[in-house]
Amino acid sequence: MTALFIIVITIGSLVLIGAAIFAVHKRDLLLATVATSVISLVLSVFYFVLQAPDVALTEAAIGVALTTIIFIVTIKNTKRFED
Amino acid sequence: MVLLYLTYVLLATFFQIPFGIDHMNVAREYLKHSPKDLGVANAVTAIVVNFRGFDTLGEVTVLFLASTGLGAILFRRREIHTMLNPRRTSVVASRIVQVAGKFLFPLIVLLGAYVFIHGHLTPGGGFQGGVIIATGYLFLLLAYRQFAIRHSVVTWVESLAGATFAGLGLTGIILGKQFLQNFLPAGTLNDLLSGGIIPLIYIAVGFKVAAEITGILDTVLSIGVEVNEQTQTQTQKNE
Repeated sequence: MTALFIIVITIGSLVLIGAAIFAVHKRDLLLATVATSVISLVLSVFYFVLQAPDVALTEAAIGVALTTIIFIVTIKNTKRFED
Repeated sequence: MVLLYLTYVLLATFFQIPFGIDHMNVAREYLKHSPKDLGVANAVTAIVVNFRGFDTLGEVTVLFLASTGLGAILFRRREIHTMLNPRRTSVVASRIVQVAGKFLFPLIVLLGAYVFIHGHLTPGGGFQGGVIIATGYLFLLLAYRQFAIRHSVVTWVESLAGATFAGLGLTGIILGKQFLQNFLPAGTLNDLLSGGIIPLIYIAVGFKVAAEITGILDTVLSIGVEVNEQTQTQTQKNE
């Protein structure tokens, strides 16, 4: 448990919880999608720090790029603000 | 009442397992055999392709079903919108994005090809490299409106790569061993040509995943945007 490990996990957990609450709370669905991609990014850094580089590569490629673009195209074809 | 009884039974079973003792017997066997017998440095690749290769064949089938299903559901809307000639995005991308897309696309494809060719040496593999290549195509799809992907080429690449995976497994049966058995020599550790048929399978999986995800993204992006009067005049001024 080096110091870098503890710092990354602590700061990352706070950003993760903040982004998750933001994603659930907002009514603008585009902002919620961006918050979900921030969650995937922080999770990918977690997987790398926990010594699982294959999972980190997969999460970075699929969680940040692929599901975000599919969500954005879906929001464009339906409505943007939920009620 | 039944819930309380079930909770008690589950907890009583779980508290009989001692906490914090190493039970990873199968994982220890995999880690021991992977560099010596197979000559593969990346243990995750050895498990995914060789020890659990049949599950990877099932995973590849599931991806193929998802891509085909999506193409089948959205086929009618894609045909209608191709006849009406819509725009893929409602605003033309700026000059910076277009030039950067042309410059970065070969580099992204090179990175993705590196990741899936060296799947048995470095972290990564077929699935990760394929998705990286599809991200490169996504950049070009969003930057240029007139960039089109021929769906016949994509379908042929996907089908041939999947057939190569199954064909490599059947070659094991033809040579008298098991399905998906490693019939090429193992080679030395950390060499590019090591690990038997593991790099060949991952190259096939990389091509297949890249073609599939590109097809899915093109299908989803070509649904078209509702062109009303305002955006049409604005885009005509921009172009």
